[in-house]
Amino acid sequence: MNEELKNALLGPLSKNNPVVVQVLGICSSLAVTAQLKPAIVMGLSVTIIVAMSNVVISLIRNTIPNSVRIIVQLVVVAALVTVVSEFLKAFSYDISVQLSVYIGLIITNCILMGRLEAFAMGNKPWASFLDGIGNGIGYAIMLIIIAFIRELFGSGTLFGLRVIPQSFYEAGYVNNGMMMMPSMALIIVACIIWVHRSINKDLQEQ
Amino acid sequence: MATKKFRCKVCGYIHEGDKAPDVCPVCQAPASEFEEISEPGEGKKKKGVNTNGNSYTLIYMTVIIVIVSLLLSVVSGILKERQNKNVRLDTMKQILSSVPAIESQLAGQDAEAMYNEYIKEFIVLNKAGETVKTLDKNADFGYKPEKGADEYPLYIAEVDGQTKYIIPMNGVGLWGAIWGYIALDNDRNTVDGVFFSHASETPGLGADIVSPEKFRNQFHGKHIMNNGEFVSLLVVKPGAKADGVETVDGISGGTITSKGVETMLRNCLGNYAAFFKQAGQANAPVADAAPAAEVVEPQTEGGN
Repeated sequence: MNEELKNALLGPLSKNNPVVVQVLGICSSLAVTAQLKPAIVMGLSVTIIVAMSNVVISLIRNTIPNSVRIIVQLVVVAALVTVVSEFLKAFSYDISVQLSVYIGLIITNCILMGRLEAFAMGNKPWASFLDGIGNGIGYAIMLIIIAFIRELFGSGTLFGLRVIPQSFYEAGYVNNGMMMMPSMALIIVACIIWVHRSINKDLQEQ
Repeated sequence: MATKKFRCKVCGYIHEGDKAPDVCPVCQAPASEFEEISEPGEGKKKKGVNTNGNSYTLIYMTVIIVIVSLLLSVVSGILKERQNKNVRLDTMKQILSSVPAIESQLAGQDAEAMYNEYIKEFIVLNKAGETVKTLDKNADFGYKPEKGADEYPLYIAEVDGQTKYIIPMNGVGLWGAIWGYIALDNDRNTVDGVFFSHASETPGLGADIVSPEKFRNQFHGKHIMNNGEFVSLLVVKPGAKADGVETVDGISGGTITSKGVETMLRNCLGNYAAFFKQAGQANAPVADAAPAAEVVEPQTEGGN
């Protein structure tokens, strides 16, 4: 695998992470991170959809009229999301019920439009596919970190199972209700960006 | 066609002309931020297609839209039957889940077979508690009365020799629709169990109404009647009490959803108030019309 492709796949995991470096997809990382399970499901769905739409847009990138390119991208993404959602409803109804609103939310996820516009419009399909996978996973990692913190301190559970022992509660420990609010996710994202940039000094702006 | 193209490096705006504009009309960047782009335009010209022309754009969009619409309608057409089957199975599961004795053995089972085993009758009542229609539990499954019609569906189940009345409910939560089923014992007063579901309540807060441990189990054994009058149940702050009405604890942090459940119980069950009152008078689920008619008037008001 050459350097460029490797970059497309691995870059978004840290140095070019969609959430903490590109600051894309913040809206959904506030909405779905109150618990771990929906966060993981959302991360996976976004990975699949970004990769697929990246490939489609990359294949037709030379034919798209410049003036309507965003609309074309939107049509492709919306069509893909609808098809995936229809398939889930037919073959895996339980998962589609769990995903409920999230699958529709994917259409509005800025990571999709961001990657289509920034990468797929100017690169070959295989590189675009890797870029989509990389960004999807980078996004999923961030969702999982945020959801882990929020679920642990907000409800004292992980994957819905109690991890903070009952004796803590009897001793006066209280779940942090603030963690359940979307605004807390924003603060956590900010803290992650802070830590991330302290480690990677080259990302710091002048 | 000798125009050159310049792209603004700040916002991506593309200017066509002999030289870069002094100021970018979109982001006000100075001319130094513009770079000339030559290849795309020339490359296309060689192929003989101008991808930026209006007619090309129009044709392109039309083609894209036709392709996408075709794709979506084909996918939807092919999968419709399977999806409807899934929805039907899921609805059956939801109905059965309102009876705790059935819910506990539902996992991994064929919902349709269990539905056929336990659900004995599917009838439609009017506000006076009279049976207006007897429906086929399979052929008419999913029957929804028309809006405003004086029709209230009721499933009659039999579990371990006991009759349960299952009533569908619809309401609104914080973000969207909530719905559920409530199963009553033969006395038409004691709640055996409930099932709730929702379209888009907040995970971890309002969405907990679906959870047996956190919410639904509390309903078992509650009474919706007080001295022969329908009073419904209240969903209150944990620990709070109310006079004459039995209560269940709401979800902290999910107050609006909890109140939505309370309203749903009151509104939907209210329509069956006359039916509940018949409990002592008629043992058969299909009640006589005549005695029920007398109690209709005060009851409808109380129910709403």
